[in-house]
Amino acid sequence: MGPISSLIPMPEWLDLLIALLIGIGFGFSLEQAGFSSSRKLAGMFYGYDTTVIKVFFTAAIVALVGSQFLSYFGLLNLNLVFVNEFYVAASIVGGIIMGAGFIMGGFCPGTGLCALSIGKIDAMIFFLGGLTGAFLFAETYPFIQKLANGSYKGPVKINEVMGISPGLFTFLLIIAAAAMFWLAEIAEKRFARPDITNEI
Amino acid sequence: MKNKYMNPYVAGTMLGIVLLLAMFLAGRGLGASGGFKYCVVSIVGAVDHSHADKSIYYSKYFEGGKKPLKNWLTIEILGVIAGGFLSGAISKRLKFKIEKSPSISNTRRLIFAFLGGVFFVYGAQLARGCTSGAALSGMAVLSVAGFVTMVAIFGSAYLFAWFFRKNWV
Repeated sequence: MGPISSLIPMPEWLDLLIALLIGIGFGFSLEQAGFSSSRKLAGMFYGYDTTVIKVFFTAAIVALVGSQFLSYFGLLNLNLVFVNEFYVAASIVGGIIMGAGFIMGGFCPGTGLCALSIGKIDAMIFFLGGLTGAFLFAETYPFIQKLANGSYKGPVKINEVMGISPGLFTFLLIIAAAAMFWLAEIAEKRFARPDITNEI
Repeated sequence: MKNKYMNPYVAGTMLGIVLLLAMFLAGRGLGASGGFKYCVVSIVGAVDHSHADKSIYYSKYFEGGKKPLKNWLTIEILGVIAGGFLSGAISKRLKFKIEKSPSISNTRRLIFAFLGGVFFVYGAQLARGCTSGAALSGMAVLSVAGFVTMVAIFGSAYLFAWFFRKNWV
């Protein structure tokens, strides 16, 4: 039963080979989706291109449904899959800072890497900014340690907080995603910017 | 004529399968900003090792002779660059260019790209993950942190979109 990495003692080279292959699949998917274009990504926040929400929620739902099926058939032990730990303040404040960075730079870290790989110079500069951001975080860490490590809740799951099964939550999420996709189509018509979308 | 992008739902499905594979093979999700961190940790370690040893932040990445460059996330982001390049080559999108709205200068675009990088990765270190590691991968394992981070990132970007509209529309 998976994850494979906890099933067999994996030599380091194999672990890192998996990392490389997963990364290649990740970068390939992002680029095919058009996430190597900052103007396409930014369209999400002005309504003229809503690819971001479609790709993002489709991917999350595929992985969510897939992992639950694998678990149901005894192929994947979900207790051994990493669940992000919840630090309330750090998640919210960090998320707000990230959103500001998103609209300024037009990339997130993953899409920035993907864009620099096809030669986008703005993405290369975004990458340098990203390294600077990580450096600033490390250097300012002693001052923000409290915020970073405060209000710790552990690796809590959303369906448990709501008191429902993972399956029911997934079902509700699919309905919510379908509603968002429908709204996204409306937004793309209402805020259409052919001058931008024909260029990107 | 460049090739068109893939249908978003097809690309999303492909991305979801990659994420599922990461969960199945390695018991973890996807990541990006963590790779930035390990690059910086390695650089600081190479340039000023005593600073890294003294710092409560850097020192934990060198404990017991660990090498931050030989890390899952560092290798994974190398893969992201390779995969993006491969896709760009297949779809004939390889080209050096600064992408921006015609109404702003190259300098302005690059200054904001740099600032965006600084903000995004700073926030990602605080929230312990970015759009990939916290929001997408977090949602796929139903973590509250994932959903909260996702709402915070998108909510904040919508909020700030008005101030930066000149850069994009």
